[in-house]
Amino acid sequence: MELDILLIKGLIIFAVFGITLLIATYSTYAERKVAAFIQDRVGPNRAGPLGLAQPLADAVKLFFKEEFVPANANKFLFIAGPSLAMLTACMSSAVIPFGGTLLIGGEYIHLQAIEVNIGILYVFGIVALGVYGIMIGGWASNNKFSLLGAIRAASQNISYELAMGMSIIALLLVTGTLSMRDIAAQQGQEMFGVSGMNWNIFYQPVGFLIFIICAFAETNRVPFDLPECETELVGGYHTEYSSMGMGLYLFAEYVNIFVASAVMATLYFGGYNFPFMNQLGLPHNVVTILGTVVLFAKIFFFIFFFMWVRWTLPRFRYDQLMNLGWKILIPLSILNVIVTGGAILLKAELF
Amino acid sequence: MQSLSNRAKKLEKKPMNFSERMYLPAIFQGLSITMRHFFKKKATIRYPEETRPMSTVWRGLHVLKRDEKGRERCTACGLCAVACPAEAITMVAGERKRGEENLYREEKYAISYEINMLRCIFCGLCEEACPKAAIFLQNDKTAPARYERDEFIYGKDRLVEPMPIENL
Repeated sequence: MELDILLIKGLIIFAVFGITLLIATYSTYAERKVAAFIQDRVGPNRAGPLGLAQPLADAVKLFFKEEFVPANANKFLFIAGPSLAMLTACMSSAVIPFGGTLLIGGEYIHLQAIEVNIGILYVFGIVALGVYGIMIGGWASNNKFSLLGAIRAASQNISYELAMGMSIIALLLVTGTLSMRDIAAQQGQEMFGVSGMNWNIFYQPVGFLIFIICAFAETNRVPFDLPECETELVGGYHTEYSSMGMGLYLFAEYVNIFVASAVMATLYFGGYNFPFMNQLGLPHNVVTILGTVVLFAKIFFFIFFFMWVRWTLPRFRYDQLMNLGWKILIPLSILNVIVTGGAILLKAELF
Repeated sequence: MQSLSNRAKKLEKKPMNFSERMYLPAIFQGLSITMRHFFKKKATIRYPEETRPMSTVWRGLHVLKRDEKGRERCTACGLCAVACPAEAITMVAGERKRGEENLYREEKYAISYEINMLRCIFCGLCEEACPKAAIFLQNDKTAPARYERDEFIYGKDRLVEPMPIENL
């Protein structure tokens, strides 16, 4: 029995890890395709059918490049930086519920790697650690541009984590739990007679707006990609990196996008719940599998949205970035918390 | 200051109103523009599989024509070389020997005929100068990129039209 649980958990962890890496791999391909389509081009189409082997070709190319360490760089930290970035990026998908429960042999199996009752805090802790990878890499390079990029990354992440945390507090006031599994399950309740539509986006639209803006900033994506701003900083924190060190940084960014998309889909867009999920009269397992498919559709939409925004907007200036973070988003998120709390109190008074 | 053309417009820098300061309407406008481009017809021509359609009067790679009996039309008169503004054409003239009547149309022919494709500007003046209708610029062939400079000097082996099959 104990061994069974261990085996099942191991299998789920392995699957989640594999899926995370696979999606991150093909995000690089998708990014190039989306960029090309938006710019009226066709994108990579030579390696394999429709260019589907392009990520493999890119990886092989990066592996065969020389792993170059600058003479005056701190060698240990220089290698630790990208490793840390990749490690923290891969860790946070552990608590995301990728589906409801599967009924196999009379037992309910949760499609989630680990259930932590403070799941959201875990995700935030890991995401906050992610900046250390960039910080250490930029500092260890012993290069002024890298250091500037690292400083930018650190100050940007700190600024936007505040607003992100405040938007999450407002969400927690609504849900009343920190567990990702419970939050996802709550959103499966009925709303106006439609099951599986009790999504948090309807209660927290402003919170979601703040959250998605901060998610862009946390993943260092356009319009907040100042740490790797090539017009000002050559390559930012990864100027000195070559070969797979560079590869890991770029890859970690895509893993982060996947995790951010999954968190947004789970927290605000109903997770694995879809409209009429309990009213169709389908068997339990079919509903669960459909829910997982729906969750991935939502995640892919958000990944696409990240890319869509990247190829639409120009980069912020640094003072604009700080103004937006400290003068607009944080007051707005505090206001959101107060309004949400007031609304909950009012609801308790009236009903 | 007085504007010289009187077409200069006076611009005022107005402070942004609330919806402009929110950025969001502008962002959604931008997103809709990029989404429209996402579904647009792509401008790319996938080169090796498809080629750009060429005009019928396109001046491409030269060819030295043969007449209807398969004899070379060129008599090495040198008018094309004189007409050439880039001085890309050189030739050596020779006298036709007995028994070569089926190879060369006139008594005089070009022993060697070279065009330097790095000098050529594809103006077509050689084609206009030729009194024997021997040299033409094809509309379906171009001089492709090569690795060595001397590969761009096209001799008779690459310029003369291949012998029609019925004359072989």
